[in-house]
Order: sequence, then structure tokens, then C-alpha cells
Amino acid sequence: MALVELKNVSKIYQVGDEEIRALDNITLDIESGEFISIIGPSGSGKSTLMHLLGCLDTPTHGTLTLDGIQIQNASPMQLAAIRNRKIGFVFQSFNLLPKLNVAQNIEVPMIYAGVPARERHERVMEALKRVNLENRARHRPMQLSGGQQQRVAIARALINNPRIVFADEPTGNLDTHTGETILSLFRELSQHGHTIVLVTHNPEIAAVTPRKIEIRDGKISLTLDERLSGKNLHIQS
Amino acid sequence: MNIWTVILIGLKEISSHKFRSFLTMLGIILGVASLVGMSALVQGMENGMREAMEAIGGIEKVSVIQQDLPPSQSHLSDQVVGITMDDVEALKQNATLTKLITPEMNLGRGSVVTRGNNMMRPFIISGTWPNALEMNSHVIEHGRMFNEIDDDLARNVCVIGTEVRDELFGERDASGKEIIPLGEQININGELFTIIGMFQRYESEKQKKQREYEAANPTPERSGPQRRTGWGGGGPGGWAFRLKNTTIYMPLNTMWLKFKTASGTNSVPERTLDTLNIRISSAEEMDEALQQARNILMQTHFSLEDFDFRTQENWDANISAQIRNYRLSGGIIAAISLIVGGIGIMNIMFASITERIREIGVRKAIGATTYAIFIQILVESIVVAFIGGILGILVSFGLIEILKIAIPNDNEPVITFGALSFAFTISVLVGLFAGLLPAFKAAKLDPIEALRYE
Repeated sequence: MALVELKNVSKIYQVGDEEIRALDNITLDIESGEFISIIGPSGSGKSTLMHLLGCLDTPTHGTLTLDGIQIQNASPMQLAAIRNRKIGFVFQSFNLLPKLNVAQNIEVPMIYAGVPARERHERVMEALKRVNLENRARHRPMQLSGGQQQRVAIARALINNPRIVFADEPTGNLDTHTGETILSLFRELSQHGHTIVLVTHNPEIAAVTPRKIEIRDGKISLTLDERLSGKNLHIQS
Repeated sequence: MNIWTVILIGLKEISSHKFRSFLTMLGIILGVASLVGMSALVQGMENGMREAMEAIGGIEKVSVIQQDLPPSQSHLSDQVVGITMDDVEALKQNATLTKLITPEMNLGRGSVVTRGNNMMRPFIISGTWPNALEMNSHVIEHGRMFNEIDDDLARNVCVIGTEVRDELFGERDASGKEIIPLGEQININGELFTIIGMFQRYESEKQKKQREYEAANPTPERSGPQRRTGWGGGGPGGWAFRLKNTTIYMPLNTMWLKFKTASGTNSVPERTLDTLNIRISSAEEMDEALQQARNILMQTHFSLEDFDFRTQENWDANISAQIRNYRLSGGIIAAISLIVGGIGIMNIMFASITERIREIGVRKAIGATTYAIFIQILVESIVVAFIGGILGILVSFGLIEILKIAIPNDNEPVITFGALSFAFTISVLVGLFAGLLPAFKAAKLDPIEALRYE
């Protein structure tokens, strides 16, 4: 069984009398350990898809299973617990809490998960080591460069050993060089077995992932899988 | 996630905006201080009022007084014996709920006391038993109270209040020393009496403070001819202390033999007592004790109801009612300032969550439940109020010191533990209620919208 299974998932928003189908009958599987990107222009529905996959929202129709758990009927309380323990988020604008220092930021998901203080401290140190920021533990986010902040965000996303990590335009606020280091960090994490979903509008960034799903008008318009074709494909966008 | 972590997050939030948090707390601080200050003033007032009641014997003292027969018995009015020593003996033998019995015979208000050229008319000239000291809360400061032997022998001895001394001897001699007229003789209605004791000076706290204040800040000399400027002042119940200070006590038998022979019939001295005071064991047993005393007196009075009881219950109830009113009206006014403080907290909490919508979105995305966000905002609000409450209590002690300086000649405001804990509890409750709405608003934010919020 795949880690994430979407079957005929639709998300419909009611705006006034008008019905907007942000997602229209999507069926998709994501295997454990996969490195996949979801691409599409703005307004295509890729953000909505990520929100559903990330359990921030529930589908209007269809079934969504994550790690064997049915999401479409889950209560907000259950969704919060799933987000906390099974999902990590990396955002375009980092979204670190400005009043907390680096170590405290990384600690927050563990606090909500009820991890005891001593263990929290150890795991924070481990996570900082993994993203090469051991000597920045007491810094405030604003004292760090963009790339460093994004690495903190990645450390935070991974701290509860989630089953899947969503990165929403993780390089959008970074210069090309820093963006590349972040992408290679993701690649490295993927090689270590983490399931990573990159959400982007930029085909160049999507190029780092073996599998790419393109969303247009709420539908999957193209699926590209290097593993199946065996060679680098150029994506028409 | 445990409550300490939430409180810590709250404290961090508060300390990251120190000045803003302080301004928010200020409402609570001032509210608590005014609540405590108000309560302390009223407590001081109550102490002043109760003081006077205690001075005349307290709530446990009951007077048995004479009254006309009720209409159904009025045809028997020639059988009436009045309150006599028989009643005293009967009560002494049988009234188990009564712990002290003091008979009194008085000289009327027309009586004159003289010494040399000085003359005065004391409020009370009483022939009584030595236990009148306890009954009327008197304290002998100089000399001694008369005793049973003085009473048995009907000696011409007396104990006086300080005001009597002031009028007859003056308060201080030429060298400024207090005059203690022990052994001196005074003339009461033509009989010579030796002073064997003098009470202490009775005064209310307010009178005492007034006196001390005037000693420290002498009023400028009045212009014009010299005169006595009257008895005014002394605060509520000041008269009770004045009454005690212008008292002369002598043994009951002395009074009876020296002053009541003429008013009796057939050369038998007048037997009736003017007052019979009893002190019951406790105010809670008032009903039972009075019923018992009544039963006994009905026997000695041959079922003629020519007596009645007079208690201080009304006075006591009056004080309680008055204090309750002061406390309530003052409390409501002070509570308004606490509520204003609460509105301040609510306002800031709303501003604070609007400022932190994105943070709340992030927290929700990484696993905070609706409940966790609700509790976090609520705890922040309570912590602000909690700290405000503690600071308010500290400030209230300062406020009391200021009040003491502002009103040096009035009853001292008294901070009670009850007032402190009440004000503190209210302030925390205000924090709780002020935080509910903002916490609810924050908790129900949609994580997706909150994350998008710029």
C-alpha cells in the first residue's frame, strides 16, 4: 500500500452562487521514500492539493489515505495530531517564530507532541547537526541568512520523524546558489529515505525530483517519471 | 503539552513586549490597589465603630431595665417591686448562661461634684460592685478599685475617670506633670469622698490620632478672648469614650446608705436598682440566655412583667449594615476600574493575536490543536492579570501608606488578608474572562488562511 493514496479527490469551494472546482477528481499515489514534485502555475490547484496532502484541509469528495489513516472524515483534533506526528512542512517564507531562538523553533513540534524536555534537547542538537547549524542554536531567526533560516525550517519539519515532508516553494525566497544548497539538502534527505514532496511553479526546481506531477485547472495534466523512462525528460510548461 | 510549557510560552510572549505588557497590567494593578485601599479604609471605619461599642461593654452586655406593666397587668401596678437585689441574687444562683452580674444605683444628672472652687456634673455617678470594671471594660491606671470590704463597710471612697480629674484638679500641674489625685477628697452631693483610684484615659483611635496630630501640628492661637472650644469631634461613637471618662464609681452600699435613705419610704432606704447589667457567655446564645434570665426574673417579680432587656444588637446590626453598604458601594466603584483593566487586557490580546495570525497558522500547521492555541492565548491573558494582581497588592501597601499620610487624624486603614485574596482572585478572574474571546478567535482561525495572512 502506498504511503499516500488519493482516490477521485475533489475540492470544491462555493463562492457566492459560483462553484469553483479547485481540484477535480484527482487520483494519485505517493510511495514511501519517494522524492516527488508537484508543479503547476499559480491558480492551478497545486496549493490546494498540498493542503489536502498536508492534512490542513479535507476533500469535498473522494478518499485520502495517509499512512493507512482515512483523512476525509478526520476531526480537526485528529488532523492536528496527524500534522504533528506524520507530516513536516517547509514554507517559502520559512515561517519561523520570530520570538523564539533557533533551538526553540525546532523544539515546538515536539512540545505539541508531548516529548519530555530532556529528550527534546537531545533531538534538537541532533537536528541542528544534520543541517550544519550547531553553533546557531541561540540565534534568533532574524539574525540568520535566508538559507540558514530555511535549514532551520527543514530541521523543524523533520524533528518528529514525519512520514512525509512537504516543501512549498522552498527556494522561492532564496538566491539561485542558496536555493541549490537547499535542494541538494532535500536530495540528500531523500537518499536517507525521507519521503519529500516539492511544490513549485518552477520546472527547473522540479527537475531535481525523479517524478513530477503537473496540475492544471485542478486536474493532473502530466505525470513524468524518470524511473520509468530511464532518461532525463524535458518538461513542456 | 503540559500547562507549565504553556505558561512559559505565555511568559515569553509577555516579556517580549515588556512595556506594552506593563501598560496592560497597569489597569489591573490600579484596580487591585483601589479595591484593597477601599476595603482597608472601610475596615478602619468599622474598627472605629466597633471600638465605641466595645468601650461600653460590647454585644454581650445586656441591661435589665424597668418598664411600665403591660396593659393586661396594669391594674396590679401597686404590686410592682422594681429591680432589686433579690433579682441579682436569683440571677446569680440560677442564670447559668450569664457569666457576670453587676447591680448599679445611680445619682441623677442633677448631682454636683465639687472640689474647692471647681465644680462639675459627671455623666455617671454609680454605686456598684467591683466587678463593674469587667462589665463596663474599665481599666484602673492609678490606685485601686474599691473592694468587697469597702462595700461592706460602706466607705466613702470613689474611683474617677480622667475627665473628672481634669475638671476638678486640672490635667497637669505647673511643671507639666500629670496630676494623680489619689487620696484627695471631693464632695459629691454634700458627702466627702476619698479618691482611691483613677481609670485610664479612654479614647477612640481617631481621637488618639487627632490628639497626636495636634500635638505635632499645634493649631495657631485663636484670636479674641480665651474660651473652651467645645466637645465636637471624636468621630462616630466618640461620646462613648467621653461617657466613660466622666464616670465616678463608689461602692453600692455607700451609695445606698448615703444617698438613698432620704428617697425611701418609712425610713427604709430606696431598694430599687437603677440598672442591672448582665454579661452573657456568648453573643450566639443571646436568645437562650435572655429567655433563662426572663424566666428567673418572672419568678422574683411574681409574674409581673415590669422589666425589659436592652441589648446592643441594633447598634451591632447598624454597624454591620452600614459597613456592608460602604463596602459594597466602594467595591463596585473599585470593581469598575478592574473591569476597565480587563477591557484593556482584552483589547491588547485582540491586537496581539492579529499581529500573530501567521504565527498561529504556523503553530497549527506543525501540530498545535485548536485547544492548544485556545489555552495558550487564555494563559497569556491570565498570566498578565496574575502578575498585575501581585503588583497591585504591592502597590496597595504603598497606597495605604499614602492614605495614612493624607489622613493622619482618622482611623488607620487596615489591610486584611480577606481583602487581598479577594482582590487578587477577582483580578485573575478578570484576566480569564478578558482572554476568553481573543482565545476563541485565535483558536478557530483556519490554518490555511492564517498561513497566507500577510
